[in-house]
Amino acid sequence: MGGDAGRRNLSIPELQELSKDCRKHIVKMIHNAGAGHPGGSLSAIDIIAALYGTRLRFKTSDPDWEDRDRFVMSKGHASPAVYSILHEMGFLNENDLSTFRALGSVCQGHVDMKWTDGVDFSAGSLGMGLSFGLGCALAARMDSSSRETWVMVGDGEIQEGQIWEALMAADFHSVSGLKLIVDRNRIQNDDFVNVQMEVGDVASKIEAFGWSVREINGHDMEEIVEALEWASNENSGPSAIVAHTVKGKGVSFMEDNPSFHGKAPNDQELERALEELS
Amino acid sequence: MSAPSTGGASRDGYGSALLRLSADPRVVVLEADLGKSTKSCLFRAEHPERTVSLGIAEQNMMLVAAGMASSGKVPFASTFAIFTERAFEQVRNGISRPGLAVHICGSHGGIHTGTDGSSAQSIEDLAIYRTIPGLTVITPCDDLSAEELTVQLLDHGNASYTRTARNKTPRMYDSETVKSLEIGKGSLLREGGDIAIVACGVMVSEAMEAAELLEGEGISARVIDMHTIKPLDSGILDDARVNCRGIVTAEDHSVIGGLGSAVAEYLATKGGFPLRMVGVNDRFGESGASSELMRHMGLTRNEIIAQAREIINSV
Repeated sequence: MGGDAGRRNLSIPELQELSKDCRKHIVKMIHNAGAGHPGGSLSAIDIIAALYGTRLRFKTSDPDWEDRDRFVMSKGHASPAVYSILHEMGFLNENDLSTFRALGSVCQGHVDMKWTDGVDFSAGSLGMGLSFGLGCALAARMDSSSRETWVMVGDGEIQEGQIWEALMAADFHSVSGLKLIVDRNRIQNDDFVNVQMEVGDVASKIEAFGWSVREINGHDMEEIVEALEWASNENSGPSAIVAHTVKGKGVSFMEDNPSFHGKAPNDQELERALEELS
Repeated sequence: MSAPSTGGASRDGYGSALLRLSADPRVVVLEADLGKSTKSCLFRAEHPERTVSLGIAEQNMMLVAAGMASSGKVPFASTFAIFTERAFEQVRNGISRPGLAVHICGSHGGIHTGTDGSSAQSIEDLAIYRTIPGLTVITPCDDLSAEELTVQLLDHGNASYTRTARNKTPRMYDSETVKSLEIGKGSLLREGGDIAIVACGVMVSEAMEAAELLEGEGISARVIDMHTIKPLDSGILDDARVNCRGIVTAEDHSVIGGLGSAVAEYLATKGGFPLRMVGVNDRFGESGASSELMRHMGLTRNEIIAQAREIINSV
């Protein structure tokens, strides 16, 4: 799929099929590695599928093409979601996915631009991606390029103060090429976000920092596609989509379950998960 | 080498270098409210469209710089040395790990900063940045060498940290001799066969004064300006090992982890060699006029001389 630099323009049913395939890759990769983060991968994947399937301009044959749109996956532990879509887009093969987290693998535990074609940021330490995306977007503006920079953060992640430094700076510099997606899945490593340190009305807070904000159901493909298009066309300043999602979405026993933030499914659980996803 | 003359502070050299580098359109400058202090303001005045003001938010600045480097820019990001430390993990994970050539400048490094007091006196920056894989660590001794070494960063390819000083120091170079400098190569400022004084930053001029005074006592001391702490020039240390009786290091920095430690680590791998370190002895600074405070903290030519004598008397 996709060797050219234009947008993919996949239909809603095609995107739904794409994210379903990605979900299978995600649970298989994590099971195979015996480690990884299924919950936040599954909550994010519908949005990521829509982003690659309708918005991002890139060349599989030239991953470093300088005018490509950037996707900065700041919640880098959800790397299986990124690797699954990169596989579907032709950057990674099935064998690459099976080496996830193994020594020498192009699929490092957390997404890393140094290791993987198609990855634009080295994540793993939360809170840094929005600043990085701001740098990408500022550079694009200096170059008079229309390339866009999309950043995805988790809701637990925005407890990091650096996120708010970046939100403030992006508004001050009025960087309209910067698009933020918050995966509001309500669960972080130890427990629910409202137990660890509730982040509250995220949309209002980001709006108060001067951004244009929309809230969506992060699993409704039509809503996602429409919101991405809105953000893409928003050029009065930076824009953000707060996507309300379900951690572990698509696998019943992982849904809304903090224990599957960072735990691999065992053999039986994998079987059950794949059944539910078929 | 000609007699030292009074020049500017090394931060002035950094500012001049940014202006020289501005001819390259890839060069961008990032500030965190201290442009007037770091001297990046000189670049801003000429190229506001390539200067990004990020407010008092160093962590954000480091990653914005990384993002710009990933998009073909050559970013120079500066603030006080001490405040770069606030973003240490950002430098580690966001800049060096992906191998992005961001050039960080920490001004007002060391005790030499003076009256602002201990909160502003970075005495551990060289130590912490030295531990990051692939990060080049530089601390020039005067304005001309700061300018030259900063200009060389343009096509350096790796991320770097350069520490500059707030206050003026005597010039160790002139417009001709400075051209011989090279990142990663120590600079022999004075010949000598008994002791090698390996110094960096504002302690280089103290080392030169110490060597002069030692000469009067019949002790011949060479002086090396080790402006690059990492990668460390082992060749120039090997020559000192063969031709001198011991080494005294001198730095406006903790003796834990900085130049002295780097030299000690190298010498240990060679079976050991007489070494004394002049630096900050595991304590914080305080307020005081720069020269007064340097004496108070033992960062002086007299301390270098005392350590040199100890080596001569013990070997």
